Amino acid sequence: MNTQIFSLKSILATTLFSAALALSSCAAPAPTAAPTPAAPPANMTLATTTSTNDTGLLAAILPDFERQYNAKVKVIAVGTGQALKLGEDGNADVVLVHARAQEDDFVAKGFGINRRDVMVNDFIIVGPTADPAKVKGEALAAPALRKIAEAKANFASRGDNSGTNTKEKDLWKISAVTPISSTTGWYYAVGQGMGETLTFANEKAAYTLTDRGTWLAQKNRLPNLSIIVGGEKVVQNTDPALQNPYGVIPVNPAKHPNIKANLAEQFAVWITSPATKQKIALFGVEEFGQALFRPL
Amino acid sequence: MSDPIIYRLHDIAKSYRGRSAPAVLVPGVMEIRRGEICVIVGPSGAGKSTLLRILGMIEPPTTGWLMFDNQRYDANTQPALSYRRRVVYLFQRPLLLSQSVYDNVNYGLRVRGIKDEQNRVQRAIAQVGLQHLTHANTRTLSGGEAQRVALARALVIEPDILLLDEPTANLDPANVEVIERVIRERNQQQGMTIVLVTHNLFQARRLAQQVGLMLDGKLIEYARASAFFESPVDPRTSAFIRGDMIF
Amino acid sequence: MLWSVILLSLQVSGLALFFAAFIGVPFGAWLALTRFRGRSIILAVLYTFMGLPPVVVGLMVYLLLSQTGPFAQLQWLFTTNAMVMAQAVISTPIVAGTVMAAVSGVEPDLRRQLLSLGATPLRAMWDVVFEARFGVLLALVAGFGRNISEVGAVMLVGGNIEGFTRVLTTAIVLETRQGKFDLAVSLGLVLLGLSFLVNGLLLILQTRTNGIWRAV
Repeated sequence: MNTQIFSLKSILATTLFSAALALSSCAAPAPTAAPTPAAPPANMTLATTTSTNDTGLLAAILPDFERQYNAKVKVIAVGTGQALKLGEDGNADVVLVHARAQEDDFVAKGFGINRRDVMVNDFIIVGPTADPAKVKGEALAAPALRKIAEAKANFASRGDNSGTNTKEKDLWKISAVTPISSTTGWYYAVGQGMGETLTFANEKAAYTLTDRGTWLAQKNRLPNLSIIVGGEKVVQNTDPALQNPYGVIPVNPAKHPNIKANLAEQFAVWITSPATKQKIALFGVEEFGQALFRPL
Repeated sequence: MSDPIIYRLHDIAKSYRGRSAPAVLVPGVMEIRRGEICVIVGPSGAGKSTLLRILGMIEPPTTGWLMFDNQRYDANTQPALSYRRRVVYLFQRPLLLSQSVYDNVNYGLRVRGIKDEQNRVQRAIAQVGLQHLTHANTRTLSGGEAQRVALARALVIEPDILLLDEPTANLDPANVEVIERVIRERNQQQGMTIVLVTHNLFQARRLAQQVGLMLDGKLIEYARASAFFESPVDPRTSAFIRGDMIF
Repeated sequence: MLWSVILLSLQVSGLALFFAAFIGVPFGAWLALTRFRGRSIILAVLYTFMGLPPVVVGLMVYLLLSQTGPFAQLQWLFTTNAMVMAQAVISTPIVAGTVMAAVSGVEPDLRRQLLSLGATPLRAMWDVVFEARFGVLLALVAGFGRNISEVGAVMLVGGNIEGFTRVLTTAIVLETRQGKFDLAVSLGLVLLGLSFLVNGLLLILQTRTNGIWRAV
């Protein structure tokens, strides 16, 4: 009973408040951009890849945005493919992903507007500590993959068209090997997330391509694996092909009128602002002893 | 086989848990002769079926024992399968398998490993007058037809003893006629021993050579048919025959 | 590609059903036909297992087969063997429970009557189960339906590896995650079609046998 009365009260208060606001906006000049804190927060949906969520980055930086703009951000962490699809269908207001070609295509088709660079993290190749394909020492990913293929050592692929999977396919293209899951024999397209693919690699003594953030967060439960290519720290990764840039793209409100276009644009501006960049640069130092992302 | 007595019951009593009075009490010795039709009459609930189940070696007696062709059957002794197979019990409410009439009648032969006895099966079906339904599924049969299939299913085995529990209850006269004819034929042609339980005194008169009357679980009169109907010993028997008994 | 996924789904679920039937049918029949101390406890466990969440089964099988598990030497993790194992564990209680219900539905007196016709106890039991054959068939269909539509356990222990352990349900999850909803929906329709086919087959079987009975 109490809660009901309370909610009735708050609805009443909100109605009165907006009525007052409407009146005042007639009489006085428009209020400033920052809304009054008493207004209920606006919901916004962010479709992003699992890496930003699973590493804990979003949990660390989002409260700042929500406070500043009186917003509530609903995070849907999925593969890049599905994240872009969510934007395409108008089920998300803004996307934060890392698959440059697909992102450009998304913008070119008019589903998103004004892509901006946010940050990079890097990919590494991890594999069995015994390194059966003798890859260790290789600085570049493509020749390393070649060696794995020549040794017919097990390789676990995400196989889900995610950003990581797209990157892996690009690297195979450079290495001039075309492995196919069903026929190659040592190449396994797992078709699941990074965590599951790492688990598979750990169980089956396989190499795999992973983003460093997921690796650092999960390496304690993967006793059979270690870093083979990419170095122990981001700065030691000398292969430009292993760099992984993230972009933020607000969904085009012209395609879907119910999109929260203003808030989405504010989010894009906020996440590329110097203050947020500072936070991104510091994220992970405390927990893993190194930064997981480098702001652009 | 020379012993003219096939069943000897010695002080048989059967009690069920939670009931004070025994369901069946046959003090002393009761004998059933080989090759006879023995009819047990009595009102419903008198324990006739329970006695028949003991004869069929389906339920052991609580106390006392049964000698079947010199094989002992009591609470602790189970008869060998070969002995059990010489007796067939036709239940008051026979249950048939949802298969064809032929398969049902053939069942007793099949479980005995007797194969290729089509004629025997056909003959049994013909004897109960159901040739036209040989391949029908039993689900499509009427109550009377089902009862006749059950009889054929019992007869095909050609058992030494056939135990019948109210085989004609709730049947129309035509079906009753068929079943009684078959019982008489088998008894006369093959010397099959038949023990039949009924509440129908007229049926007992038509078929019985030996008659027993059960009241409240006790066998109170057991005699040749002529003696039973004409000069009963127990006054309750006279009352039952006259139809004076109110149940 | 699509055909191999469908074929693998049928193979895995069919094989799992075979094992489930091998254990579940006799067990269910036994539970229906015998009375003993502790039977109600077994029934309670069986009913619980009938509703066992597949993911939990997947987790158990995973832990058994993992490199750190007791059966690591089998090298079954992320193979179809593991998937068959998980699905068999999931569908055995369903088969057993449904068979039990079906056999319990047969008139209890039938067994006594068959015994009196000279059947051995085992033979009489078998014929009572055969009398419930339609219910047994239904149990098998229910088990197969559960197997083929199950996703949580096979995803965990099979790993959804293309060309090796990818089946219809895990493929649907993958395509949905990639936002390829049209493909996911078509795969879903295939799955639905398979279920319909199996149930239709059962229906035909039922009406056909009934038809024979009615014809004569």
